Amino acid sequence: MSAFDTIVHLIYLVCATAFVAGLHLMNAPATARRGNQVSAAGMGLAILTTVAVLIEGRQIDTWAAWALGVGTAAGAVAGLVAARVVRMTAMPQLVSLFNAVGGGAAALIALGEHPATTQAEVTGVLDVLIGALTFSGSLIASGKLAGRVPGRPIVVPYGRLISIGLAVVAAVTAVLVVGFDGGTPALWGAAAAALAAGVLLTLPIGGADMPVVISLLNACTGTAVAMAGFVLGSTPLIIAGALVGAAGAILTKLMADAMNRPIGAIIAGGFGTGDAVAVAGGSGSSSVREITADDAAIQLAYAGRVVIVPGYGLAAAQAQHEAVALAQALTERGVEVEYAIHPVAGRMPGHMNVLLAEANAPYEQLADLDESNPGFPRTDVVLVVGANDVTNPAARRPGNPVSGMPILEVDRAKSVIVIKRSLGHGYAGIDNELYSDPRTAMLFADAKAGLGALLAGLSTYAR
Amino acid sequence: MSPLLLADLTVFTLGLLVGFEVISKVPATLHTPLMSGANAIHGVVLVGVMLLAATISTPAGYALLAVAAFFAAMNVAGGYVVTDRMLAMFRSRG
Repeated sequence: MSAFDTIVHLIYLVCATAFVAGLHLMNAPATARRGNQVSAAGMGLAILTTVAVLIEGRQIDTWAAWALGVGTAAGAVAGLVAARVVRMTAMPQLVSLFNAVGGGAAALIALGEHPATTQAEVTGVLDVLIGALTFSGSLIASGKLAGRVPGRPIVVPYGRLISIGLAVVAAVTAVLVVGFDGGTPALWGAAAAALAAGVLLTLPIGGADMPVVISLLNACTGTAVAMAGFVLGSTPLIIAGALVGAAGAILTKLMADAMNRPIGAIIAGGFGTGDAVAVAGGSGSSSVREITADDAAIQLAYAGRVVIVPGYGLAAAQAQHEAVALAQALTERGVEVEYAIHPVAGRMPGHMNVLLAEANAPYEQLADLDESNPGFPRTDVVLVVGANDVTNPAARRPGNPVSGMPILEVDRAKSVIVIKRSLGHGYAGIDNELYSDPRTAMLFADAKAGLGALLAGLSTYAR
Repeated sequence: MSPLLLADLTVFTLGLLVGFEVISKVPATLHTPLMSGANAIHGVVLVGVMLLAATISTPAGYALLAVAAFFAAMNVAGGYVVTDRMLAMFRSRG
């Protein structure tokens, strides 16, 4: 190994250390931003070092240099513009899009590199299969989140049969590449099968399962990048890919646990398509109590402790600023305010936290499931905004679609106000027993309008 | 198995274990930035695309290279910037 190679390897080791240190600093909100900067610095160093490797090696021809340079410049501009202009409510689809292109790039590496050794062939096939699947799957997920593809579960006719067919094609191409030196044509066949499988697997998955799916696709991209590292013999790719694979796997498990649904069932999709039986114990929707915004405002104003439970409805209505303005107005009156956030509230892990942070909610007020549940019995008013299934007390009983799901136990509070547009069902397709609880009052409104009316009521009646 | 593959496998496995260890301590509040930051880290695939460029010398290869470079650069640049934007919003009281 020449002195140059040794130095390059040592610098790559520094970069990998920066990635780990950066992720470590993400353990606390106060240091997280610095962590991301450390990680970015490591990335910059890795890219500059690779430029030096290309110059020193003198193997790259002029056309390849142009293709690389122009592609990189255009991609960087596209990424920067998208990252600058995106609204916080559109974050899930952008993260999903970045995940897609990462997987796509990883797949293209194996397609461009003609695998020579058996090791390169095996990892190359894995790279192409996982990378292409996560590329098309993440694009569909991104489209669903952005509303360009219908968010409801789409059942593909003969979907399961086609999936089996695609798996067979993938297996055959893999054998051709590894066993019979099928080379590039067989790899393209594998890519085509994986692209189709990615579409087919993501279409039947409904909106509320998205946090799990995005996490899983993230883990897949990490694995694909690590496989690309095996193909190229590049340690930084292997390390970074493994780190991302681990991150995605942990988030996938946390999200699936928070829904009490096995990952396999989520992938199979079709949840909430109408075959679920309503189980609300016959209480029906007739017994709910309605409340006016002014009465609700007075109730909030004279409470000692208020907990706000945000859900996807808050994100959909872009009502995060109204929610935080209300919380601030209550805090100024001396009311103790907390936000209770279920792990799968919204469309990606931590979605609500980012929205509330955007609206300047101090992060000390953001409580997760375990932190908030013990506080409900001493809470005077819980304000549920656009959340449904994650508050349904039916989850404590067996025998219904939400059984066993960890819920925010808002029914243990002294009173509950629910802002909701109608009595429509949530994702699980069943009645929420919380709504017919005598301590619950319904404020029928869009999240943004409802919170705005509460704020107005607060300033009029509670001086 | 070649010594090289064994070394790579060792690195991969240890990388996974380190990842599990470091990331399992991240609080729920930071899950979106964590995912987005991890997303940016797999933008290191740009390094792989650059290494690939040295082996390519056909027109089809150039086209593939340009697309791969576009994807990877978008991933890395957008990923870090959007994560930074999110983390800048997380403020303490007062």
